[in-house]
Amino acid sequence: MSGSRLPRLVGLLSLLLAACALPFVLSNFRLFQFSQVYIYAIAILGLNMLTGYNGQFSLGHGAFYAIGAYVSAIMMDRWNIAYGWTLPVAGVLCLVVGFLFGLPALRLEGLYLALATFSLALAVPQILKYFEHWTGGSQGIVLSKPNAPFGLKLNPDQWLYFVTFAVLVLLFWLGANLLKGRIGRAIVAIRDNHIAAEAMGINTALYKSLVFGVSAAYTGVAGALSASVIAYVAPDSFNVFLSVTLLIGSVIGGLASISGAVFGALFIQFVPNWAQDISKAAPWAIFGVFLIGFMYLMPFGIAGGIRLLWIRATRSRVPQEGRSAVPTQAHTTT
Amino acid sequence: MPILSVHGVTVRFGGIIALDGVSFDIEPRQIVGLIGPNGAGKTTLFNCLSRLYIAAAGTVSFEGAPLLTQPAHRIAGLGIGRTFQNLALFPTQTVLQNVMVGAHCRTSSDFLSNALKLGWVAREEAACRAHAEELLDFLDLGLVAHHPAAGLPFATLKRVELARALASRPKLLLLDEPAGGLNHEEVGTLGALIQRIRTERGLTILLVEHHMSLVMQVSDKVVVLDFGRKIAEGTPAEVRRNPEVIKAYLGSEAA
Ligand SMILES: Nc1ncnc2c1ncn2[C@@H]1O[C@H](COP(=O)(O)OP(=O)(O)OP(=O)(O)O)[C@@H](O)[C@H]1O
Ligand SMILES: [Mg+2]
Repeated sequence: MSGSRLPRLVGLLSLLLAACALPFVLSNFRLFQFSQVYIYAIAILGLNMLTGYNGQFSLGHGAFYAIGAYVSAIMMDRWNIAYGWTLPVAGVLCLVVGFLFGLPALRLEGLYLALATFSLALAVPQILKYFEHWTGGSQGIVLSKPNAPFGLKLNPDQWLYFVTFAVLVLLFWLGANLLKGRIGRAIVAIRDNHIAAEAMGINTALYKSLVFGVSAAYTGVAGALSASVIAYVAPDSFNVFLSVTLLIGSVIGGLASISGAVFGALFIQFVPNWAQDISKAAPWAIFGVFLIGFMYLMPFGIAGGIRLLWIRATRSRVPQEGRSAVPTQAHTTT
Repeated sequence: MPILSVHGVTVRFGGIIALDGVSFDIEPRQIVGLIGPNGAGKTTLFNCLSRLYIAAAGTVSFEGAPLLTQPAHRIAGLGIGRTFQNLALFPTQTVLQNVMVGAHCRTSSDFLSNALKLGWVAREEAACRAHAEELLDFLDLGLVAHHPAAGLPFATLKRVELARALASRPKLLLLDEPAGGLNHEEVGTLGALIQRIRTERGLTILLVEHHMSLVMQVSDKVVVLDFGRKIAEGTPAEVRRNPEVIKAYLGSEAA
């Protein structure tokens, strides 16, 4: 175990450094794309907690993303509140909404839960249009990007990139702590065998609702960040397609995986663009081919695939260690 | 005072009466065997005590307090641990993680303190892990500690379930056919292990088993069920001589 800790730490640190160097080598547009990747990664980590780790399906996480985005946009637009304050507010609000939605959802299993969350995703854009006075209706709300504080010599895109990245690091650290400790074990135990989990003293109903809340909070913070990074919110950017996209990112990245959230985010950010480059006429057909190809090559998601490659590479060197290193988190739920 | 007192417990599934007014007591630090032919209601009684099944009638008290009003997730915390006849492990989690889940009711860190990895959470986690590792050693599971539960042999998984139950530091341990998948020699070792658990850890044990030699060897008292009714109760010697018991077993063998 401790043998794999050092390379992992070195790897993480180099990634951290590389991410901090990006703003000084990439164009503003590319930088914007990477900010979007981080935002998706946060949202997908939230979805992974719920679907991958806890086994509750959601086809409606776009709804929480939308709530987060609008809470942030309305606070900034109406009350001139700084974007930084809108993030925790969006998170807490989505935590509460997610928890409350999770309570009745306890009665629903598998596909039925997927349908219930799907209807949430269907409803939210229309609800947003209905409260036109607050949300600007179909026109949405146009925002301005914040400038870097303390006279830092960064343009808004560079600054927002750093903000987004800092939030990502914080939320991934919190999420990893949560998932690797007592609570994370209980969350997975519920997915694996909910009756045994209950018999081991886990209040499965409460935990499932809480996981729903935390998951919604992550996705809501992601939405709130997107409001600032895109500097615009409109109901139609949060339609059902967003929910499906997040689920695709979650599955392709690796359902019960923390790093998988980043891989999934890269996929949903860049692969549609590549598909567009390959064929202007039928980009979604190309996207579909990518999707099927990835699923075929890496049935446990990109994170699972990388882990398998890693095990194969290390096993040939240290034969005894590989045996215990079978990927346990790469499993999908049944 | 008995540690567990079962009184007139009845469980129905549609038309089937799985348990029919069953009553018996268990004294602290006793090993009580619960036997009976297939379908007699032994597992149903366990599920009743775990609050996974609802009793249509009857009462159960554990350490003098009513048990059947408690929700299922409180039972482990009260001090009743159990294993499952057909295994109910968490297949994607490692053996060590499975055992650590067993300690859920003895640990208390919540969502927020876990996410923030506060100092006391790390200490609690380390203590929980140390206790789990000690149990793995005790049950000879050290070699598979980091192996996922899925894919291990049945008899090994039975021991993992025992370790997981012990991790909750129970006062009363319910064992549902712990000898499943064991050969003759291993059954003998298990008998000694069950007695060790009682003497070293001071536990009370309710043991469901079809291996008569094992039950008769370790039990202070044996309760016999047949078609949901208690047909005998007494020392192993008494039960072995009981004509009703002989009839129930011969009857089921003839069928
Ligand atoms: N969930 C259930 N739904 C319907 N019937 C059930 C259920 N659980 C148990 N039964 C029925 O209750 C009766 C008692 O079953 P139980 O599993 O308690 O027997 P057992 O004594 O544990 O048998 P075995 O030695 O085969 O494990 C059986 O007739 C069984 O079919
Ligand atoms: Mg049984």
